Amino acid sequence: MSPGFQGRRRTTDPALPPGQYLTEDFPVLSAGPTPRVPLDRWEFVLTTETGDEVRWSWAELMELPQETPTVDIHCVTRWSKFGTSWQGVSLDVLLDGVDTAADYAQAHSYGGYTTNLPLDDLRDGQAWVVHGYDGEPLPAEHGGPARLLVPHLYFWKSAKWVRGLRLTVEDEPGFWETAGYHDYGDPWREQRYQGD
Amino acid sequence: MTEMSYLDGNMLDGPLRELLAVDLSAATGRCASCGMVGPMAGLRVYAHAPGLVGRCPACAEVMLRLVRAPDRAWLDLRGATYLQVPMPPTVPPSPR
Repeated sequence: MSPGFQGRRRTTDPALPPGQYLTEDFPVLSAGPTPRVPLDRWEFVLTTETGDEVRWSWAELMELPQETPTVDIHCVTRWSKFGTSWQGVSLDVLLDGVDTAADYAQAHSYGGYTTNLPLDDLRDGQAWVVHGYDGEPLPAEHGGPARLLVPHLYFWKSAKWVRGLRLTVEDEPGFWETAGYHDYGDPWREQRYQGD
Repeated sequence: MTEMSYLDGNMLDGPLRELLAVDLSAATGRCASCGMVGPMAGLRVYAHAPGLVGRCPACAEVMLRLVRAPDRAWLDLRGATYLQVPMPPTVPPSPR
């Protein structure tokens, strides 16, 4: 393949957001040591703005309806990867029946990472808690046992090693959002940094 | 795959020198989480990330975040209660 052909594809591919390049491998990004969470101690906790909690053990998560989304993902460090295949539980299932007036959610992870999203961006088939990748258990370096998957936003919003969601009335910026990154992070509007 | 590795805090010299006039890798910092005092060059820096993340070598909490946009940079030091920076000695007043 000639460099000219690659260059043309990069700029014209309608599936590639502005400023992104396509990669075939799956880069590993991490802001700290990889947490190792035994499945018998893993749990996912949904906390509402009034302090009510809903908890799922690993076994309970596995008993929920499973989906197999295939999606394109876009990292703010400018790589994109097309057609990634995951297995997990839709946030619609986890949020079903949860009584809340919150407009925002802050995901928190084993290891201390946090990221914030509008609650509406987690509904209507837009987000999952995934535990499988390419037909295999999700490897720890990619966020296993389970990570958030919110593919329509930059991938830092898809928190690795996810442990729970706090539903909040006010927007509470997370790990990267308090250090210069954009609060929302839409790759199609190239919302990389604050003010973009 | 292998465990995500970190770099030595000495690698912060270049990126921080771009932002600040002093060589912060020669500074001493106090961790806001565990209180350990030590050289900033001793931080564990995770660089395969959207920014540089410097963690305390004792408790692994975040002491420093450095994010570089094309035209701006953010330095977040909320995880460090202070930085002690070596300074040139002030000249004592000459005796009368």
